[in-house]
Amino acid sequence: MTTTIHARFRCAFPGFDLDVDLTLPSTGITALFGHSGCGKTTLLRCMAGLQNAPGTMTVLGEPWQTEEFVRPVHKRPLAYVFQETQLFPHLNVRKNLEFGYRRIPASERQVEFDDAVRWLGLESHLARMPAGLSGGERQRVAIARALLTSPRLLLMDEPLSALDRASKQDILPYLERLRDTLAIPIIYVSHSTPEVARLADHIVMMEDGRVIAQGPLQETLARTNNPFRLEDDAGVLLEGRIDHLDPRWHLALFQFDGGQLWLRQDDRLTPGDMVRVQVLARDISLALAEHSDQSIQNLVPAIIDQVDPDVAPGVSLVRLLAGPTPLLSRLTTRAVDQLALAPGKNVWMQIKSVALVD
Amino acid sequence: MLETYWDPVWLTLRLATTTTLLLLLIGTPIAWWLARSRRWLRQPVAAIVALPLVLPPTVLGFYLLLVMGPDGWVGQMTQSLGIGLLPFTFEGLVVASVIYSLPFTVQPLQNAFEAVGEGFMEAASTLRAAPWERFLFIAVPLARNGFLTASVLTFAHTIGEFGVILMIGGNIPGETKVLSVAIYDHVESLEYAQAHWLSAGMVVFSFVVLVTLYALNGKARAGALR
Repeated sequence: MTTTIHARFRCAFPGFDLDVDLTLPSTGITALFGHSGCGKTTLLRCMAGLQNAPGTMTVLGEPWQTEEFVRPVHKRPLAYVFQETQLFPHLNVRKNLEFGYRRIPASERQVEFDDAVRWLGLESHLARMPAGLSGGERQRVAIARALLTSPRLLLMDEPLSALDRASKQDILPYLERLRDTLAIPIIYVSHSTPEVARLADHIVMMEDGRVIAQGPLQETLARTNNPFRLEDDAGVLLEGRIDHLDPRWHLALFQFDGGQLWLRQDDRLTPGDMVRVQVLARDISLALAEHSDQSIQNLVPAIIDQVDPDVAPGVSLVRLLAGPTPLLSRLTTRAVDQLALAPGKNVWMQIKSVALVD
Repeated sequence: MLETYWDPVWLTLRLATTTTLLLLLIGTPIAWWLARSRRWLRQPVAAIVALPLVLPPTVLGFYLLLVMGPDGWVGQMTQSLGIGLLPFTFEGLVVASVIYSLPFTVQPLQNAFEAVGEGFMEAASTLRAAPWERFLFIAVPLARNGFLTASVLTFAHTIGEFGVILMIGGNIPGETKVLSVAIYDHVESLEYAQAHWLSAGMVVFSFVVLVTLYALNGKARAGALR
């Protein structure tokens, strides 16, 4: 396949044995997700060639590593954003940005200098030295520097984890814009659920050097056999549009493929916005009929797709479909039994809480 | 009289400059290799580089005399190349000084290269820089204080050389009679006034060199904090 990224590595490292065989899409952001020490950063370094490990790596039909040869890092059309930015301290921002840019023949440049500077808002920082920049500014320079090599694959190793909350909020919109405007596939290492929920299109979950689940983000999160299902924040992400606002009650109507939900209005929302919301399994209860004599505002009809009884003692996980959209509900096994919940049954989801992801 | 009085000073400066320049050329690759290699060979090579620090200069001079003499392999090589024999020539002093001052070039450079850190080098490689470009544009500028320290120390240490020179250079005015040997000569002939002038000059020179070095290092440290 020439339109995918294929990575296969098998190697023993201190603490875990890396053993992966992955085929990843060549568009959007793929998150390598897992607890620290699960091998996600090592896998990223193997993909880049910064870490030697036997295996193969093919990007859009181009072999980067085979059993016979390993292409050196500096000859791979990749870019890498490090957690610690690694801006060169002896060069000012402009020279840092030009370091990779100058090495790309003009005919192969996809990203122009002034564009990258504008996208990352660096116009007024070009003459400054890295030591004088804030953490967020430094990471923006690092991202621009990476983009200026016109990479065919952008690898990012927890680019936000060293930043404080305010700087994270400052950078996230830049990353979203890159995802939406550039055709460069991004592999993004993270252990942060909110970051992944907001940015990723595709997710690879890792544990002990192995892949335990992967696929499109929403579908993967909605699987009842999702390995993280027992954690309190099991749930799904819905992608949709703000339809209209209701100023009287400070609500906004969120429309997704399969239903609609009221969100608490927030100054940032305007009709037409594309947003992601998170619905946790523990916030969905089920009823057999539509009850309007209760406080929950969000009632959505759905069909039961699958029931996983006793995922934990006395707890069941029910997978539902609202139109084509999967959701998860966490119920007591007694409730499942009393309501005789089974695949194919029509129910009403009572959704207690919906959180805008940001 | 004045001519011969200044002769040893010029000779010494010429020797120290030549030695420093040659050692920067020879010592840089050795230091780079020592800083980055993880092979078992690293320790033995590091030890050989450090040998001049612990050996008495006479031991070094003695073996250099043998090796570069008419029966030594270096001596036979230089003879067959038509250069003649190195002992008791300025060129011989340069060769001896390069070996004698090697650790004073290699060790500061090695420390500086190790301090550069793998992260910057990796970042440069993801920005398409070939190994020689990473060395030239990242490692060398980031290690510039190491180069400064190495140059100053090598220069100063070569000026202070005595034992090795006496062993292989002897005492030929204008050719191998450097400052330290000249002072020794003056004292032997009880010319204390001349000995004083040269010795006091050395003290002042060494003091100025060391103060400059510490000031430069202090400034670099403050710069890193800024």
